Amino acid sequence: MKPYRMHLMLCGGTGCVSNKAFKVREALEKELGRHGLQEEVAVVITGCNGFCAQGPVMVVQPDQVFYQLLTEKDIPHLVEEHFLKGRPVERLMFTPPGEESPVPKMSDIGFFAKQRLIALRNRGLIDPEKIDEYIGRGGYTALAKALTAMAPEEIIAEVKKAGLRGRGGAGFPTGLKWELCRKAAGSVKHLVCNGDEGDPGAFMDRSIIESDPHSVLEGMIIGARAIGASLGYVYIRNEYPLALKRLIKAIDQAREYGLLGDDILGTGFRFDISVRRGAGAFVCGEETSLLASLQGLPPEPRVRPPFPVESGIHGEPTNINNVETWATVPEIISRGADWFAGIGTETSKGTKVFSLVGKVRNTGLVEVPMGITLREIVFDIGGGIPDDKEFKAVQTGGPSGGCIPTALLDLPIDYEKLAEVGSMMGSGGLIVMDEDTCMVDLARYFLEFLNEESCGKCTACREGIEIMCGMLTRICEGDGKEGDIELLEELARAVKDASLCGLGATAPNPVLTTIRYFRDEYEAHIRDKSCPAGVCKALFHYKIDPETCNACGACKKQCPYDAIEGEKKVVHKIDLDKCTTCGACYDACNFDAVKKVPNAEQAVVA
Amino acid sequence: MPRIKPEDLAKIQETMAKTMSLRAGQARAKITVHMGTCGIAAGARKIVSAVMALLEQREEKDIILTTSGCAGLCSREPMMTVEIEGQAPVKYVDLDEAKIERIFRDHVLGGTVVTDHALAVGSERRG
Repeated sequence: MKPYRMHLMLCGGTGCVSNKAFKVREALEKELGRHGLQEEVAVVITGCNGFCAQGPVMVVQPDQVFYQLLTEKDIPHLVEEHFLKGRPVERLMFTPPGEESPVPKMSDIGFFAKQRLIALRNRGLIDPEKIDEYIGRGGYTALAKALTAMAPEEIIAEVKKAGLRGRGGAGFPTGLKWELCRKAAGSVKHLVCNGDEGDPGAFMDRSIIESDPHSVLEGMIIGARAIGASLGYVYIRNEYPLALKRLIKAIDQAREYGLLGDDILGTGFRFDISVRRGAGAFVCGEETSLLASLQGLPPEPRVRPPFPVESGIHGEPTNINNVETWATVPEIISRGADWFAGIGTETSKGTKVFSLVGKVRNTGLVEVPMGITLREIVFDIGGGIPDDKEFKAVQTGGPSGGCIPTALLDLPIDYEKLAEVGSMMGSGGLIVMDEDTCMVDLARYFLEFLNEESCGKCTACREGIEIMCGMLTRICEGDGKEGDIELLEELARAVKDASLCGLGATAPNPVLTTIRYFRDEYEAHIRDKSCPAGVCKALFHYKIDPETCNACGACKKQCPYDAIEGEKKVVHKIDLDKCTTCGACYDACNFDAVKKVPNAEQAVVA
Repeated sequence: MPRIKPEDLAKIQETMAKTMSLRAGQARAKITVHMGTCGIAAGARKIVSAVMALLEQREEKDIILTTSGCAGLCSREPMMTVEIEGQAPVKYVDLDEAKIERIFRDHVLGGTVVTDHALAVGSERRG
């Protein structure tokens, strides 16, 4: 690292960028070069420091001089006076009002500080039902550039160079997919946006469509130009009424402005988008099932090859990408491939949107650069586990993913790294679990879901998942047998091998990763008939701690089975012959006197 | 609405700058109520109604009220951002109608941030 004598910390947050901070940077670099100062003075783009209304702002270190309301015109004078001659320019300096604000800056708040918004660039700032507000923040200028100043092959080259990979979960290189579709034989080509988002707990795509539908549309029109497609579809799950409403409105507004339809922006390019709703099938997130459903056929996957880019809708070349992938495209065109490739890791460029949910203080939507660690997401951004509980695992990739334990918290988020530990990036669901989560019950939950959602075409998936699900249910009820773990592993391999689509091929992941990292819990369930987390009702019982109980009677009052004995001033006791482990007493006690004892005593399971 | 050409995008941007940004001098304050599904489920519609009622009581028309989608921190909805000209925007969280009255009176009209209900000032890194 060269020792610069001065650092110019130029704000790259929203307010400043929309007031041309990047133009200020260009002017700075030009002037510094002109005076031969580029080896001594570094220009660093930083995150927002809160004084947005005074932007563009710049802090000069180590002088601690704060400049504000900078314009390109100010720069030649500023560089000459302050950086060359050492005389700070008072006219451009910030005079702080009365006192320091007691409210922390966004950049000081854990939740926001480490996020970097690209797909979510407009979040919180525009009314999604007003196209002019999207344009007001620079929307559709990428499209104008793509249509008037770039050849289709150049657009593809830019997306390839950026290193964008599909954000739906599989992570296939987007530019390459576009290229394959462009090169495929046929003059009629289709473009699809996969808005099915079936993973329980995931809402990234819903949020993008609800909050910024035009970002998706703009990306699709650019993609259509690159590929040579004339027909586009957004396949959106029916369970998103607000997103659907805003999407349809956005498409209508885009058509009115001539951004969709014939002669887009007067360039002669023709492309239009229609909306297709799902009907409640998780399997429609898988591309070939989606295409079947979109054409009115029963949603079932088919053999690939041929891939959709060669043969999709009506047997014609079809390019399918996820909502988040489309929303990212305009920024790559606007800011350039090099900018995008400068973010993230060697193999995983850019940022990823995650829905951070579960046992975590700050739940919400986060967009972070690839390469950030899980620990940073859960503890810095998420604020850690509430109620002083211990972190146990984080599930990534939904029902197709796996859980990642404490030991791997420093894993950087990256397509390959997550696959190496048995999980996957998936579409972005991040479910945090604490000590009160039973990992066997979790595996059972995901398998139950997948069992319902399996389309039934492949025997291994249809029968295999049902059998595995049945086994896990028995284990959670106390009927686990020696050899069950090994049989589950063998079945998992068979289901993975013999399934036609991603649903079956990844269904065993939750089981396999929980066995890999929490085998002791499985063994406790099977051998000791005990649930250490206190979730599986048949495998633990409630007991009142005589030391803590203060005989208030709250538990006795709540018990629907009259299973608690005790009087005022007499320590209460649970009669296990009558108890059904319903938990009403546990919830009622304000003194933490009702304890979960992880062993099955003779509690009657209702 | 007329079909637009590439040149029209810059014109629309300029026009929108006046309503979306307080720097262009048309309004003194801007209130944004966040209405993604998370916000709406938590009661954002009541918040918007409450702010509209407060605005109706005033004579001056120098305050912009607008809505946006989800602001990201879904667990703290309903949320609202208040921006006064010359100051950084402030995000308010966990709102209800009573808090709105106080924020409107003290911050929007009075110019003092209500620290009890404010999460943070400023905005996020984009791009």
